[in-house]
Amino acid sequence: MKSKKIQPRSYLYPLGVAVIGIALWAALSASGVFPHSSFPAPMEVAAGIQDEVKQGRMFQDIIASLFRVTTGFLLAVVLGIPLGLVIGLHGGSKAALLPFVNFFRSLSPLAWIPFAILWFGVGDVPSIFLIFMSVFFPVVVSTMAAVSSIPSVHFRVARDYGLRGVEMLTQVTIPAIMPQIITTLRVTAGLAWLVVVAAEMIAGRDGLGFLIWDARNGLRNDLVVVGMVVIGLIGIGIDRILMQMTRIPSVRWGYER
Amino acid sequence: MRDSLLRLTRVSRSFGPVDVLDALTLDIHRGEFVAVVGPSGCGKTTLLNLLSGYDKPSSGTIARSGTVRMVYQQSGLFPWKTAEENVRLGLRHVTDEAEKKRQIRQLFGLIGLEGFGGHYPHQLSGGMQQRVELARALAGDSDLLLMDEPFSALDYITRLKMRGELARLLHERPRTVVLVTHDIEEAAQLADRVFVLSGRPAQVRREIHISLERPRDITHPEVVNAMHTVLAELGLEKNGMQAAPSAVLSGGIV
Repeated sequence: MKSKKIQPRSYLYPLGVAVIGIALWAALSASGVFPHSSFPAPMEVAAGIQDEVKQGRMFQDIIASLFRVTTGFLLAVVLGIPLGLVIGLHGGSKAALLPFVNFFRSLSPLAWIPFAILWFGVGDVPSIFLIFMSVFFPVVVSTMAAVSSIPSVHFRVARDYGLRGVEMLTQVTIPAIMPQIITTLRVTAGLAWLVVVAAEMIAGRDGLGFLIWDARNGLRNDLVVVGMVVIGLIGIGIDRILMQMTRIPSVRWGYER
Repeated sequence: MRDSLLRLTRVSRSFGPVDVLDALTLDIHRGEFVAVVGPSGCGKTTLLNLLSGYDKPSSGTIARSGTVRMVYQQSGLFPWKTAEENVRLGLRHVTDEAEKKRQIRQLFGLIGLEGFGGHYPHQLSGGMQQRVELARALAGDSDLLLMDEPFSALDYITRLKMRGELARLLHERPRTVVLVTHDIEEAAQLADRVFVLSGRPAQVRREIHISLERPRDITHPEVVNAMHTVLAELGLEKNGMQAAPSAVLSGGIV
């Protein structure tokens, strides 16, 4: 099939926009429209990045945040997909459980913060819990929706050829929802990355969210921006990694129609 | 008298107050190609579901001997499996891997798609997909092939080619076929017997025998004749079989 070469514009154009953006930012902070204390200049932020890299503290924060996101996310996915399959395949379970799944899905995970701290104190666990709460319910709902949208002809063909039980699940139901599952993973991983920052601000002693909160308390707005830049870049990185899943040959059909 | 592979005796099927099939009696013999045509909504799909055993009649009996394979309307191939993996489904009963590979190679040769086994359905044209579907249905040794408007999603030229292809494949791998279609030309070109169904509740209005050998040209007089009969039976032809151009014209002017 077509082999896609990486075109220069896929990195040159964004680089150009970044240069223009930073130049505008530098001009704005030099103009003195905003008080210096609340609008750090690009050079200060660059120096802040250097400081953090030298001290090595930022790497620990990154690792702490990534650990929490990965753990909470994987737990939510590993438990959410099976529950979504059950609800999608079994009408009774759907009738019984869907209202509650929707209830919790509509509830901002941040509403759990008070209890997260009360139950789990401070550290990894409250953040993992909040990430779990933010990923689990959307995963359940979209797995269920993906299952209900499988054309019935696939199940009929499968039955015609004698696929039953576990084989039906592994050869028909799961491959049929994979493209939608991958999209859901990309969306919810982004969500998890949003939530970890908020969670660490309140219930953390380290992590990128705590880095931002700590810098704010120390009136180091340059470090706040450093945290923001790192969070944004890692967010892009996570999505890039998950996007690789769309290249699996047996899911391409979901993206090429 | 040839042995009967599928026999429907006074089969009725209703959904709530709607009678879809009414006391339908059909006898399908081993090795013959039967087409069922009828107006849309007359219960063709209901009939297929009954023939395949997917649905049960409200009353009457269906006697079936042998195994059934179904060929679906829109591609029934699994898009997440390659062409070869799809055909493999039809060979699940073959336990010897070497034998399985041999049969797969043979089937892909049969449908003229050697070298396409590793392609996914979305990488194949509609006609190629339907040929893979046929290979899957013909894999192994089923007795009865049920076809639900198998070529209706294809363009006209491809459809004509696929009919020839089907005739050739059936010559190589004889099967009893029940083709349910709204394509009158398709029915007349392929079938040994054409059943014309009435509107709901469906009954057999007419049974047409075509003893011409396959492959047939659509322009062969006997095929054209059969089409005339079916069209007249469905009330779609006003001037009968001897319709001369002038007669058509005069009919059109009125």
